Amino acid sequence: MTTLLIKGGHVVDPACGVDGIANVFVRDGKIVSVGEKAPKAAETFDARGLVVCPGLIDMHVHLREPGKEEEETIASGSAAAIAGGFTSVAAMPNTEPACDSEAQVEFTILQGRRAGLANVYPIGAVSKGRKGEELAEIGQMFRGGAVAFSDDGTPIHNAALMRLALEYSAMFDRCVIQHSEDPNLFGCGCMHEGKVSMELGLEGIPAAAEESMIARDVILAKMTGGHLHAAHISTRGSAAQVRAGKAAGVRVTAEVTPHHFTLTDDRVRSYDSVYKMNPPLREGPDVQAMIEGLRDGTIDVIACDHAPHATEEKELEFNEAPFGVIGLETTLGLVMTFLVEPGHITLSKAIETMSINPARILRLAKGTLAPGADADVTIFDPRKTWTVDAAAFKSRSRNCPFDGWKLRGRPEAVLVGGKLLPCREAR
Amino acid sequence: MPRTRATTPASKPAASSSPAWSSRHLLGLQELSADEIRLLLKQAAAYRELATSNSRKSALLKGRLVVTMFVEPSTRTKVSFNLAARRLGADTLDFAAGSSSLSKGETLVDTALNIEAMAIDVLVVRHPSSGAPELLTRQVKSAVVNAGDGAHEHPTQGLLDADTILQHKGKIEGLRVAIVGDILHSRVARSNVWALTKLGAEVWVCGPATLIPDELRDFGVKISYDLDALLPSLDVVNMLRIQHERIKGPPMFPSIREYARLFGLNAARLHTAKKDILVMHPGPLNRGVEITPEVADGPRSVILDQVSNGLAVRMAVLHRAAGFAPFSTEGKA
Repeated sequence: MTTLLIKGGHVVDPACGVDGIANVFVRDGKIVSVGEKAPKAAETFDARGLVVCPGLIDMHVHLREPGKEEEETIASGSAAAIAGGFTSVAAMPNTEPACDSEAQVEFTILQGRRAGLANVYPIGAVSKGRKGEELAEIGQMFRGGAVAFSDDGTPIHNAALMRLALEYSAMFDRCVIQHSEDPNLFGCGCMHEGKVSMELGLEGIPAAAEESMIARDVILAKMTGGHLHAAHISTRGSAAQVRAGKAAGVRVTAEVTPHHFTLTDDRVRSYDSVYKMNPPLREGPDVQAMIEGLRDGTIDVIACDHAPHATEEKELEFNEAPFGVIGLETTLGLVMTFLVEPGHITLSKAIETMSINPARILRLAKGTLAPGADADVTIFDPRKTWTVDAAAFKSRSRNCPFDGWKLRGRPEAVLVGGKLLPCREAR
Repeated sequence: MPRTRATTPASKPAASSSPAWSSRHLLGLQELSADEIRLLLKQAAAYRELATSNSRKSALLKGRLVVTMFVEPSTRTKVSFNLAARRLGADTLDFAAGSSSLSKGETLVDTALNIEAMAIDVLVVRHPSSGAPELLTRQVKSAVVNAGDGAHEHPTQGLLDADTILQHKGKIEGLRVAIVGDILHSRVARSNVWALTKLGAEVWVCGPATLIPDELRDFGVKISYDLDALLPSLDVVNMLRIQHERIKGPPMFPSIREYARLFGLNAARLHTAKKDILVMHPGPLNRGVEITPEVADGPRSVILDQVSNGLAVRMAVLHRAAGFAPFSTEGKA
C-alpha cells in the first residue's frame, strides 16, 4: 500500500466544484479524499502556493511514431507531455502507416506503457489509410482501445463518408474529430487569406475553407445524432457555427490551440515557417472570437495540436515548409499568461478545458479528483515566471513559435496513476 | 513596417553623409519611404547617361563581385543586372539555378552559404517563393537584392516603371495610373502599387474579379472591372500578363478569348484614351492576349524605354547595395 498526501495546495477540480486550499490524499494510484483532513501518508508533497488540479489532458497531439521517429516518438512525446504538466495525451492517427487497425491502436498503447510516463490514448483513423474513401475498422479499433476517430491532417471531404462515420462511431459512443477544411477552397494556400497574404504574395487559405466544412458537419451531426468534435477551430465564423449548433441541440464540441488565441497572421511577415500551421494564424478579431468562445463555452477544449517537424524540414521557404508547431511544453504557460492572468477566463474554467472537458469528449474516466478516480494530478506554480527555451524541450523537435517568450505559470510535478513525476529534473 | 533585419552588416546605413540609404538590401518597395524611393530614382537619373554608353564605364564597383542567382527563368532582368554591374566596373558571376545544387536537393540556405563562402558583395536573387530573399538576408553577409520573389515584389521593376513615368510625364504625383491584368499573382503589380501610391499617383487596378485581391482597397488603391470605362481617364496604363504558372486550381477566368475581349488593350480601345497616355508592359508580352502588336509597337508604347531605364535603375540599386553613399563617385565604401 502506497500513500501520498499533497498538502496545502490550491485545489481546483471543476468537475466537483472544488476551488480552495485543501489536501489531496492518494492511495494505491487512486484519489481517496480532497479536503481539510491530513491523513498520515508515506510521502508528502508540499503544495503550498501551488495549484493542484486533475491531471491535464491534451486530446490532440501528433507523436509521429511509427514513421517519423526522428521528429518524435511516443516516448519523447510522453516526456514532453509530463514536462508540460500533461498526464494524458490522445495521439492522432496520421502516422506512417496510418493508425487504422486494431493492431496499430494496440501498438500505440503498448509504446505508451513502455515509456511509462503519460497515459497515451490512440485516436483511430476514420478511413482506411486515411484516404477518405471507405470506413476503417472502427469497431475493431474501439475494442483495441481507440478513444475517438479522426483523419486529422486531412479532412473527411466526402460528405457521405462523414455521415457514415458519425453514424457508425455513435454505435460505440465515440466521437468523430474532424479537421475542418474544404480542400478545394484550401487549394495551395500556405497562410490565412487576407491583407497580409496579399501584401506578402503568399497563397491564402480563406476562412471559408474551415467554416463551410463545419457548417456541413454540424448539419450531418444533427441528421445522424453522432458526436462531432471540431478540431482546432480558428475563425470567428467557425465559432459562430459551433455556437449555433450547440444552441440547436446538436452534439458538437470544439477545441482551440494556444497559438490561435495568442498569435495573428501578422507574424508571417517574417516569412519564418515557425508561424506556418494548419489552420493558419488568423486575424485579431478571430483571436478575440477564440477567447470569447472559451468564455461562453462554445469552445470546450484547449489542445495544442503538437506537430513536431525536423528543423531541416521546417527551415525552408515559407510556401515549401510543412505545416505545424509543437506545443505540449508551452500550453499551460500560455493559458495562464494570456487567458487567466488578463481575466479572460477563470482558473477553474482554464482547467476545465484541459481536464474534465476532454475526458468527457473522449469518454475517459479521468479529469477529476473525485474519490475513487485515477490519481492523475497536475501541480503547477501559477505565479512563476519563466522563459521558454526550445533547445531544452523534451520533444525531439524545436518548431515552437514561442521560443524566448516569458510566461507566467509553470508546471512543477504530476501524478500519473499515483506515481509522482517532476516536470523538470532537479537542478 | 520595415522588415529588413538590422543584424547583418549589410543592413547598416552606409556613410554618415546625408541623405543616406536605410539599408543595403533591397527586398521590396513596401518597406521603403517615399523619400528613399525618390532618392533611388535620382541616383538612377545620375546613371542614365552612363547606362546607355558602351564606351564609358564607372570604376565604382571595381574589385566587387555581384552574383546573380536566378531560381526562376528570366531573360531581361538577369541581363539587365549583369550589364548594370559591369557598367559599374564590378565582376559578375551567374549562378545558374538549373545547373546548381538546388536541383539536387540542397536547400536554398545551404546554397547561399556556399556562394557566400566565395566572398561576394551583392547577391541578386530571383526565386519562385515569396520571401526567399528575406530569408537569405538572415544567412548571408552580403547585400541581397530581390530580383523578383514569387508573387511578393519585384522592386527594380517597380522603380524602373516609376522612372519611365517620370521620364515621360515629368512627375508622378496626381497622375491616374492603372495596372491591368492578373494582379493577384503579380509581384510587378505589388511593387508598382507601393511605389506609385507613395509617390502620390492615383492608382487603379483593373482585371477580372477573380484576379484582383479586394484587400488592395485598404491601401488606397481603386478597383475597376471595366477597362472601357476606366481607360479614357488614364494617364498611364500598365498591362500585365496572365501568370499561368502560378494558377494551380481551376482556371480563374473562362477563356483567353474572353479575357482579351474584356481586358486586352487593342487599337480600338486605345483610341478612346487620352492622346498622351503611356502604354507600359513589364514583359514578357503575350501579343494578342493582354496587348495587340499594333499597340505594343505603336507610338504610345514606352515598353522599350522601360527596358533601357531598367539599366540605370539597377545601377542605382547596386550602388546602394555596395554600400556607397548616394551620388558618391569615389571608389570607397
